[in-house]
Amino acid sequence: MHTIASLGPVRVYNREWTYFRLVWRTAVFGSVIQPLMYLMGIGLGIGELVDGGPAGPDALGGVSYFAFYATALIATTPMFVLGQESLWPTMDGFTWSRAHQAMIATPLSSRDVALGKGLYFGLRGLVAGAGVVLVLACFAETRSWGLIAAIPVGVLTGLSYAMAFAAWVATRDTDNSFSALLRIGIIPMFLFGGAFYPVDQLPPVLEAIARVTPIWHGIELCRGLVLGGLDPATGLLHLLVLLAFVTAGSIAASITFDRRLRP
Amino acid sequence: MLESGYVACRGLCDTPVMDVRPVIMARSLVKRFGDFTAVNGIDVEIVPGEAFGFLGPNGAGKTSTMRMIGCVSPVTDGDLRIFDLDPSTDGREIRGRMGVVPQLDQLDTELTVAENLLIYGRYFDISRRDCRAKADELIEFVQLAEKRDSKVDSLSGGQKRRVSIARSLINDPELLLLDEPTTGLDPQARHVLWDRLYQLKERGATQVITTHFMDEAEQLCDRLVVMDGGEIVAEGSPQGLITEHIRREVLEVRFGYGRNEQQLPALDGVGSRIEVLPDRLLIYDDDGDAALSELHRREIVPESALVRRSSLEDVFLKLTGRTLIE
Repeated sequence: MHTIASLGPVRVYNREWTYFRLVWRTAVFGSVIQPLMYLMGIGLGIGELVDGGPAGPDALGGVSYFAFYATALIATTPMFVLGQESLWPTMDGFTWSRAHQAMIATPLSSRDVALGKGLYFGLRGLVAGAGVVLVLACFAETRSWGLIAAIPVGVLTGLSYAMAFAAWVATRDTDNSFSALLRIGIIPMFLFGGAFYPVDQLPPVLEAIARVTPIWHGIELCRGLVLGGLDPATGLLHLLVLLAFVTAGSIAASITFDRRLRP
Repeated sequence: MLESGYVACRGLCDTPVMDVRPVIMARSLVKRFGDFTAVNGIDVEIVPGEAFGFLGPNGAGKTSTMRMIGCVSPVTDGDLRIFDLDPSTDGREIRGRMGVVPQLDQLDTELTVAENLLIYGRYFDISRRDCRAKADELIEFVQLAEKRDSKVDSLSGGQKRRVSIARSLINDPELLLLDEPTTGLDPQARHVLWDRLYQLKERGATQVITTHFMDEAEQLCDRLVVMDGGEIVAEGSPQGLITEHIRREVLEVRFGYGRNEQQLPALDGVGSRIEVLPDRLLIYDDDGDAALSELHRREIVPESALVRRSSLEDVFLKLTGRTLIE
């Protein structure tokens, strides 16, 4: 019975993987196309203005705007993808397909279900992060071995949101509030989390808030890994904060999944 | 017969020959959700190989009981042991030894029939190779061989139910829980399903079935309890309950809507008991035809009269004063 206990999340992941095989082309395509569009639209266009501005390339500490913005996408893209993936598909398991109920009728536990979903979110985050990295590897400014190391950071950033979202979904009866959550929980992260400009440009209160969000830690660490200029202690701190968010979200999901599935 | 053999043996042997340890044993079992008591102190004992039914209307506490037995709902109070194990600590092991057919299908509808079984088998830690072999055998058993590689989405309701049953058998369960297995199915699909369940029973699997269909209980159950308001109001074999609580036959007579009750004085002494329903009178008697002859002798002429065998439906009516499906 111990082997079942330790492999439970893998079994749940296995089911999600079977579903993913039906849609993987779209997922992979999206992971490359979406960051490419953002890069072209914002990185190049705004980059031209910023880099040619009065402060020149020094405005961002000697880094081009394109490189500054592009590296943030390694963290923001998994956040977007997992933000969606943790809402409706999680609800599906509870309400529409009732796959989660089917799972807990077997030796699997509600915690296995929560953690197995987490493993699958990890896979989706990996695909999303790898897509961005593939694009960035095509540009001299962002081509670096640090890109490889940044992928798992992007995954952890996405998981910070996904596990918390999944925990919350388990307490919902309908999906009415999901779109609102994306609007108030994800879009502001993208806008104020340090993707477009350093957070010290924000008013002090907003800056303080931005510095405790997972996305800021994720962006800073990705940027540091790819472009350099990050001291190891700060880098480690970013990593630990992300791990703490993922752990807290996973514990929360294990609890809310159990309450939902075993009333 | 069994009883006397057991007693005779006691004097001769140190241990009884038959060790019929119950598969499920519940004592004063209670389930509460907040202030609402869904199951209010029931006692049940189910022995290996038995087909046991929980019968009752919606809200009687059947599904809550099943969920506790299935180790997916914590027991509020009382004792529950399954395979002589405790659901609160050994839930994983217990669930590994049983199969569950839920009230609503929980299939992976975008995957094929075979994929559904393979994925489910892995939940039990069965090797991929064994899963594949077992899946093919079960797909054959539920007569879906030609649908093996079809998406579940494309199947009919009855076929989906059969996939659910096949899936619940992937781990060769010693105990099978069936929660309203034929609700929503057409009569033909029900009979196919009953036939499969009967075969499973012959192979020795213990079955626990909830239903609100009397004919289903009569078809499938060796023994059953009738539940109402979270309590057990009667227990016995289908035939035993009928003979204990009502008569063998029923004479149904209709005098027109709302005029049935007025006939009661004229019918005094006919049958052993008369039940008044808004649209008809049920006259219980061992000989329904004799009761009908008595009506003719008294020159009472109903709009229609029908003699039929009494059923569990009638038992339920007698016990609770209500019809089963309201």
